[in-house]
Amino acid sequence: MAEAVAATRPGAAARRAWLARALRHPSFVAGGILTLLLVGVALLSLVWTPYEPTSMDLKARYAPVSWSHLLGTDRFGRDVLSNIMAGAQLSIAVGVVAVLIGVTLGSALGLWAAARKGWVEELVMRFSDFAFAFPAILSAIMITVILGPGAVNSILAIGIFNIPVFARLTRAAANSVWTREFVLAARAAGKGGFRITVEHVLPNILSVILVQATIQFAIAILAEAALSYLGIGSQPPQPSWGRMLNEAQLQMYKNAWLAIYPGIAIAVSVLGLNLLGDGLRDLTDPRLVRQR
Amino acid sequence: MNAAMSDDAPLLAVQDLTVTLRTPRGPAPAVRGLDFALRRGEKLGIVGESGCGKSMTALALMGLLPDGAAVTGRIGLEGQDLLALPEAALCRIRGNRIGMIFQEPMTSLNPLHRIGRQVAEPLRLHRGLDAGAARARAIELLDRVGIPDAARRADAYPHELSGGQRQRAMIALALSCDPAVLIADEPTTALDVTIQGQILDLIEDLVEERGMALILISHDLGVIGEVVDRVMVMYGGMAVERGPVDAVFDRLTHPYSQGLFAALPKLRQDRGAAARLRTIPGRVPELADLPAGCPFTPRCPIAEERCGVVPPPVVTVQAGHEAVCHRVERALEGVFGPGVRS
Amino acid sequence: MSLFIAKRFATLVLTLVFTSAIVFTVMEILPGDPALLILGIDAPAEAVASLRSQLGLDRPPVERYLAWLGGIAAGEFGQSYTYQVPVWDLIGDRLAITLPLTLFAMVLAILAALAMGIYAAARHNRAGDLAVMTVSQVGISIPNFWLGILLISAFAVGLGWFSAGGFPGWGAGIGPALQALLLPAISLAVVQAAILARVTRSAMLEVMREDFVRTARAKGLSRRAVLWRHVVRNALIPVITITGLQFGFLLTGAIVVEQVFNLPGLGRLVFSAISDRDVEVVKNCVMLVAFLVIAINFAVDMLYAAIDPRLKAADA
Repeated sequence: MAEAVAATRPGAAARRAWLARALRHPSFVAGGILTLLLVGVALLSLVWTPYEPTSMDLKARYAPVSWSHLLGTDRFGRDVLSNIMAGAQLSIAVGVVAVLIGVTLGSALGLWAAARKGWVEELVMRFSDFAFAFPAILSAIMITVILGPGAVNSILAIGIFNIPVFARLTRAAANSVWTREFVLAARAAGKGGFRITVEHVLPNILSVILVQATIQFAIAILAEAALSYLGIGSQPPQPSWGRMLNEAQLQMYKNAWLAIYPGIAIAVSVLGLNLLGDGLRDLTDPRLVRQR
Repeated sequence: MNAAMSDDAPLLAVQDLTVTLRTPRGPAPAVRGLDFALRRGEKLGIVGESGCGKSMTALALMGLLPDGAAVTGRIGLEGQDLLALPEAALCRIRGNRIGMIFQEPMTSLNPLHRIGRQVAEPLRLHRGLDAGAARARAIELLDRVGIPDAARRADAYPHELSGGQRQRAMIALALSCDPAVLIADEPTTALDVTIQGQILDLIEDLVEERGMALILISHDLGVIGEVVDRVMVMYGGMAVERGPVDAVFDRLTHPYSQGLFAALPKLRQDRGAAARLRTIPGRVPELADLPAGCPFTPRCPIAEERCGVVPPPVVTVQAGHEAVCHRVERALEGVFGPGVRS
Repeated sequence: MSLFIAKRFATLVLTLVFTSAIVFTVMEILPGDPALLILGIDAPAEAVASLRSQLGLDRPPVERYLAWLGGIAAGEFGQSYTYQVPVWDLIGDRLAITLPLTLFAMVLAILAALAMGIYAAARHNRAGDLAVMTVSQVGISIPNFWLGILLISAFAVGLGWFSAGGFPGWGAGIGPALQALLLPAISLAVVQAAILARVTRSAMLEVMREDFVRTARAKGLSRRAVLWRHVVRNALIPVITITGLQFGFLLTGAIVVEQVFNLPGLGRLVFSAISDRDVEVVKNCVMLVAFLVIAINFAVDMLYAAIDPRLKAADA
């Protein structure tokens, strides 16, 4: 991600200076480390976990923390650590896909609105207004009613919710670029709206979009966990932090710790991404439009 | 305030005022060893480009310097040293004994409060007036500064007034408690040319009517010449030339003062010919980069080697008119070519 | 009525119509025949057909859509397929929990956020500011339902101060009812408080750089007086905006947290309706939530105009 931002600034020296500044920025560094940890755990879990996440061991139910089960086991004797590790896969998958849906469709709409103005802009803005009446959970409920519960459907729901978020942000940022002198110069040179958007507008708002993407990634993880907790997200046997919390709540009187670990996993991932987003925002051009 | 004070003792006495700002590039001297005094009824103009330290001087007088600014010296007002006073005591002086008018009437008034309330606020604070009395007084003040239908306009919000009316309201606000000193920092810069004269006249009338002392800060020699008795030209945080306004304008001495004058468009003299707009070469230097000697050295056409190294002496051009320059003789021959001095 | 309000109201109505069309369409493409659901798969064809006409399902979609809208306008939300009672009867009781819970959480969040945000801005770049920012950063990261589980295990299971869930009903008195809503409201409020505290802080800092703040200081007001009399109200404008935008999250968050605390609110109704395939209930619940979100945003716009006199004049 750091490279993507740096790439918008020409010159290797400038890039190095930016990196040096970034590495001294506390939020960026802390967020970067936590995010790398999340990604690293997810990748590791693809090839190795201490136990098969789904394998049950009824002799070792509610095992306490020990060397053989670092975080203990649940009511079916499943290893908690293995499930947490494997749960990271789902969180990342949901985050990446949902943000990609939002960025591609939403930012395209926003760029179009800013380039065309007039009724296009009005239409895009009304669409986002109305889409804000459907927070992720609500659209997920509707989609689940039609398509049934499942990880893919919750990704879809969260992604759809992301579209107006990025459409609004991109439009606002793009509008501010459209008024800048170099765009006026490009228009005077006879370049069309599409070329100006690709050559001038997009490169200048990439960092704003990237910052928001990081934040939306965190929100997607939270939303997916909530949907899985409610039972309308990912279904067994797919390991999921949200569902682990659902099961842990039933066993709260037996072993309260089971409710701690998945929650910490969610909170740390979200914290990491939020810190990273904050850091990126500080480090990228402060003169660009900051949309809340 | 202080009845024991004799009439010719200065109302405001600033001695060796130094303001150092904290910048990313290290400490920067914004005001360097400034001295001046002001008597009751006197009108002082401070002139210079932006960044010369004139606004910092004003903010230092108000005790409103930005966080992290270090200030030394003495600011005596009616016998009290403002720099030695605690914040609570300064609050009782601001808006009460010193009033200030700012450059931007658009943004200097709270957009969410009605005009009358904003003008009345100092009265309630310093005079302890109740809401009704303060409002009545605020309406009188608004009427005095020339806002038509003041009783109704008192209930208007700033965005409902024109720029000139807003500045009038600012003046009413600054004068509400009859301060001894009024500071006007570029009061007409943001206004239409047609309004500028009216506002200046209003300030001048009010100062005379109330026997206040006025400090008028401007980058515009024309504005200064119209209003004040004495003028001080600032550059790089220092007073480079000062004296009675007629004497100074008659024999502009410091190369920087001459440059400021040359930068004025001379419509009257050059009518018919190509109107030349002379500007001083170079830019106002970063405060942190000022030379040890005369701050104007890098831009001065007649600078010598010693100018940048040795602090320049104070030279009396004629009684009361001083210039701070190593090369006063040469400067008096004219610095920016013939035809510049009128 | 000023032009500003009229314009906003027109937008409100338009958004509602658009939203209802989407909800209706989504429910239309839902597979499965409600008549079959009610009567069972084995029901004779004539019985299904007569029920379909009784429910109005044989009419064209546009007609049914308009009938639905007309019903809503008249306060008629249709019949629940599974419970065979008017949907509004089902929703009304549930709403009496969900809405107070949401508002309770909103009030808690706003109070905490203003206190934290104003404090942090007043101590900008000092230890107190850093502490508030750190706490809020962590607060934003905590999922509300997890916090609910933690609160239950600490205060209900551990200390026994609260019951682990359930709701005594408003008939039991305001005290016990609010007590039952306190932990859920806190779990909902923490994230919102954290978000709003940051918004408040940055809005305050932005206003503190304005020229009129310097004017107020030049009048002789102390830092503290300037903060309260001139900065806070100006800073409220962005805070109110974000509060309005966050209302949707708060409301849907309430639906989630209700599950944690086993509260018989709108959430429970929706989820049982989903598993029962009770389209009428789901459709109207979704529409209701969307309506509440839109209505709150409308109210926020109105509040703006009350706070900021410039809006009434300009724009409109």
